[in-house]
Amino acid sequence: MSTIAEKIFARASGKGQAEAGDIVMADIDIAMMHDLTGPLAVESFNKIGTEKVWDPSKIVIPFDHQVPADSLDSANNHILMRRFVKEQKIENFYDVKEGVCHQVLPEKGHVIPGTVIVGADSHTCTYGALGAFATGIGSTDMAMVLSTGQLWFKVPETIRFNVEGKLKENTSAKDVILNIIGQVGADGATYKSCEFAGETISDMRVSDRMVLSNMAIEMGGKTGLIEPDKKTYDYLKDRVSDENKNRLKAFMEKSNLKTDLDSSSLEIVDVDVSDLEPQIACPHNVDNVRPASELGDVEIDQVFIGSCTNGRIEDLRDAAKILKGKEIANGLRMLVIPASKETYLKALEEGLIRIFVEAGALVSAPCCGPCLGGHTGLIGPDEVSLSTSNRNFKGRQGSPEGKVYLSSAKVAAESAIHGRITVPK
Amino acid sequence: MKGKVWKFGNDIDTDIILPGRYLIYTDEEKLSEHCMEGLVSGFKEKVTEGDFILGGTNFGCGSSREHAPIAIKGCGISAVIAESFARIFYRNATNVGVPLLEAPGVSEIIEDGEEIDVDMEKGLIISESGKEIEFKKLPPFMLEILESGGLINYLKEKEVK
Repeated sequence: MSTIAEKIFARASGKGQAEAGDIVMADIDIAMMHDLTGPLAVESFNKIGTEKVWDPSKIVIPFDHQVPADSLDSANNHILMRRFVKEQKIENFYDVKEGVCHQVLPEKGHVIPGTVIVGADSHTCTYGALGAFATGIGSTDMAMVLSTGQLWFKVPETIRFNVEGKLKENTSAKDVILNIIGQVGADGATYKSCEFAGETISDMRVSDRMVLSNMAIEMGGKTGLIEPDKKTYDYLKDRVSDENKNRLKAFMEKSNLKTDLDSSSLEIVDVDVSDLEPQIACPHNVDNVRPASELGDVEIDQVFIGSCTNGRIEDLRDAAKILKGKEIANGLRMLVIPASKETYLKALEEGLIRIFVEAGALVSAPCCGPCLGGHTGLIGPDEVSLSTSNRNFKGRQGSPEGKVYLSSAKVAAESAIHGRITVPK
Repeated sequence: MKGKVWKFGNDIDTDIILPGRYLIYTDEEKLSEHCMEGLVSGFKEKVTEGDFILGGTNFGCGSSREHAPIAIKGCGISAVIAESFARIFYRNATNVGVPLLEAPGVSEIIEDGEEIDVDMEKGLIISESGKEIEFKKLPPFMLEILESGGLINYLKEKEVK
């Protein structure tokens, strides 16, 4: 009687079984690093002295954090990584044009249910939305993976959020996950595999599920898993490589990647979202969550719609619906950054980009943008940002004297019109 | 190990330890210049080699940036002591050779600026005023990794032997 995490590690460890608490050496199916964490990993890989990476077809390198290069240092990092790609014949390299890593990997079909994926980025847990055990690691661990294709793991216990109820029109998956994080706290799921299940999750689109899994790390979770179903298959079937098409099909037919509810390492938390109001994470912690209606008057200087949490086409549609024919408030700056080239093109075709530009927003090419305060759209001292991204830590988007609030794309768009945090009717 | 304590609160995240705009660097020296700068400006200059960072719960939460423990190491911090640590940070710090000592209750006992003595073998922290608190002792292989200065050095030394 096992959880999804235990079932995945039973296979990946080659042992046929795995229980929470076991320390296992697991085979890695996909390893991802980007332009900011890649250079340290490559340095460590070179120090180990292995000549060739274990499998150039299983390594994915997207450039997304500082694209296009905004300084000589980042240009040098890009050169270093491009050289590594060439020398090691890395097959899956996505240069500056493709988008944010956690959107690009699912879109390009690198995420297969039941696999183990590691990424040198903490939001790697996003891929759990498609049923992969995906987790963030540091650069030394990544160097080990590049050399050997393996990494040790402690098989985690599972905390399963059983979500029921129909969401109100002005809420979304972001409100669900902020509400959960507010309840369990920033370390409420540390070392654990988070699972999202229940009727609300079954009804959600894959894009919404990614929002939940993406933010599992904000409560300390090792990954954020969702049982793969027909929606998972439909999302992936035309995206995976020919080789993986059969693997995916066989998996969906034969596999039973579900958590047995009598598993001994399972804790179940029931969440009812039928009365849920729009939620806001207030400075400077992601678990400092309050219903928007209780915030009082919060004036904002900048709105950012984008990131691996809420930069998908569904988010842009939500925002455009509210902003159509309107203008953002005087003195407010608004940045809209589609999470990927695919998202950008769809937004162009659907006329969304025009709506944003006419409303007074700046629309940038796909990248992480101000989310991590390293590249573009930083905020200064005493400035307030309302962001659809995933972290509001002190100094996250620029000055440590600035403040970051987190919300859904719907609330962000409505707030941009009013210049203060406002909930759409 | 003896040194002074630099005390911080709960949920010290990796953006505080090292802000995102410095992730363009990989060099320990450069990274350490910006360590903790959102909370203590010029932290590196203020720290004496061998000092300790003391955190509350969930120390090192947030991003997977290994730049964060590297910056701490570059400041000459001999160990980070906390009520609890976030998962990725725990692995990263060990991998780069920064000892993390988990001591539930420590933040109620040890004050900012106190001189402490840390006995790694006994798993004991003793303050100058004689207060004592235990921490979870590290297993021998982890001590070896830390003594080598990190996982990669450790593996290289093993190979040579």
